[in-house]
Amino acid sequence: MIVRLATDTPYLLDPENWTDSAVTSIPELIGTHLLYTALALVIAAAIAIPVGLFIGHTGRLAFVAINAGNVGRSLPTLGLISFLVVLIGGGLFPALIALVILAIPPILTSTYAGLRAVDPAAVDAARGMGMRELQTVFTVEVPMALPLMMSGLRNAALQVVATATVAAYVGLGGLGRLLVDGLALNQYDRVVAGAVLVAALAILIDLLAELLQRVVVSPGVSGRAVTRRARVAHPSPLTEVSSGTAA
Amino acid sequence: MITFDGVSKVFPDGTVAVDDLHLELPTGKITVFVGPSGCGKTTSLRMINRMVEPTSGEILIDGVPVTTQDEALLRRGIGYVIQHAGLFPHRTIVENIGTVQRLTGVGRKAARATAIDLLRRVGLSESLADKYPVQLSGGQQQRVGVARALAADPPVMLMDEPFSAVDPIVREGLQAEFLRLQAELGKTIAFVTHDIDEAIKLGDMVAVFREGGHLAQFGSPQELLEKPANDFVADFVGRDRGFRSLSFDSADELVIDSVASVSTGGEILVLDDAGRPVGWAGPGLGDTSAPIPHGGTFTRGDSLRLVTDLAISSPVGIAVQVDVDGAAVGVIRHTSLVRQLDERRRRRAEPTA
Repeated sequence: MIVRLATDTPYLLDPENWTDSAVTSIPELIGTHLLYTALALVIAAAIAIPVGLFIGHTGRLAFVAINAGNVGRSLPTLGLISFLVVLIGGGLFPALIALVILAIPPILTSTYAGLRAVDPAAVDAARGMGMRELQTVFTVEVPMALPLMMSGLRNAALQVVATATVAAYVGLGGLGRLLVDGLALNQYDRVVAGAVLVAALAILIDLLAELLQRVVVSPGVSGRAVTRRARVAHPSPLTEVSSGTAA
Repeated sequence: MITFDGVSKVFPDGTVAVDDLHLELPTGKITVFVGPSGCGKTTSLRMINRMVEPTSGEILIDGVPVTTQDEALLRRGIGYVIQHAGLFPHRTIVENIGTVQRLTGVGRKAARATAIDLLRRVGLSESLADKYPVQLSGGQQQRVGVARALAADPPVMLMDEPFSAVDPIVREGLQAEFLRLQAELGKTIAFVTHDIDEAIKLGDMVAVFREGGHLAQFGSPQELLEKPANDFVADFVGRDRGFRSLSFDSADELVIDSVASVSTGGEILVLDDAGRPVGWAGPGLGDTSAPIPHGGTFTRGDSLRLVTDLAISSPVGIAVQVDVDGAAVGVIRHTSLVRQLDERRRRRAEPTA
């Protein structure tokens, strides 16, 4: 049995763990973690954005968008994964499905809310000038709804990147490996390494999303056209809603 | 010409918005729909470009029923201006103006050139071209709204309370600019407002609507003021309609007294070297070296309304007429004016309010 001394290099900073040859190589774990996150987000967005656009544009089935947020938040992801593993067996699928279900509500709700917040006069003008329905949606409503839609996507990305650790519970990779293995081995510096890396990844993703938002959101909508010097915090009523209902 | 042929609109909840409307909007003229809220004027306007579909009846533009045309294509051929401008906040001013042109396949460069030309036409600086709507004042946004509707050069324009969301001074400027533009362009315009003064100022023809979507009267502004069809119209056009109807008559028929005649009352009209009036002096008024302002003058072409207003508001009850160079050519006292208005009334054998 190996006894670690307090003077040993912590797991996170040990160069050994960053090499490819390591059993649980950190770069590889990060890669896998990002892959799960990206897959879950892309699938969730592919489902939630069109549905949110439909509901927001037509005003039909609005209760779906409103309730999705609450239902989604009350589902325990770990429980869901366990349930799905029992139901359809191991592998990537149960974990992915659980993460997608986690990511859909914030994207759906914010897409819906973004479209509902669009100035009705602009939509009326768009129609009145002869835009067809889809042109109205994609060239007028979506650009105006983008700040809210982006905040939903960022919200979903943060939740997924943090929750993707549960994949390790069902034998998959990702940074959750460090947490699960560290706890099993009573190797707390390994647990800390996992936690720190997940947090760092979350911050990095949010920064990238912020940059992306600056590129895709028109200055006329984001407010940058007016206050060019100061960065205005992006209004995100949804974050308030989520913290309110989750409490 | 836009024709409403027995058009009715009943909403699903049973509300009758427009009831059997028959109306002809003359080509190249401004026709104003005016009335209290809920009278169906906006619904009527929105049926022209099929934003609202009539329950029965037909609307024709130059004889072609609008319902036979593709909605989007029909609308691209009709200018559309709404109350809060409805500009697209994510697009720059030139992009906003070029919207319809881009929809109809005009290139980016050509659309931009048209947009910049239109900016100047509606009285805005070219420097606004690449700004966003949020950077403009309400009045500027409304001008952009008008420019956007004009961009594809449509023969027909629909304007739904375009000037009602701006303050009165800006509104006056926009109205004057609008009339100047229309004199240049000669579009067939349907214009909705709830403001009877705006209707009378802008309309070649005015359709007064009343609750339940009925047409109360259709006529020229002068007809509305002088011959209201019923009590509703008389009430709606307001108490001072007699005074306002003076706007339609020119002052050139008035008998004007000579400038010298003012001295009979003891007042002194102080003139400068070029003979232009400076102000009034005399007992109870200013000294000749510091006369009190005359408050305005009129020329031959001005309206009776202006002359009456000047005579009433003048400190001495005298309106001063000037020639094109601004030199005083005559005066009229309000006593004389009232007598002449009375004669005018007798001549026309019409009751004035």
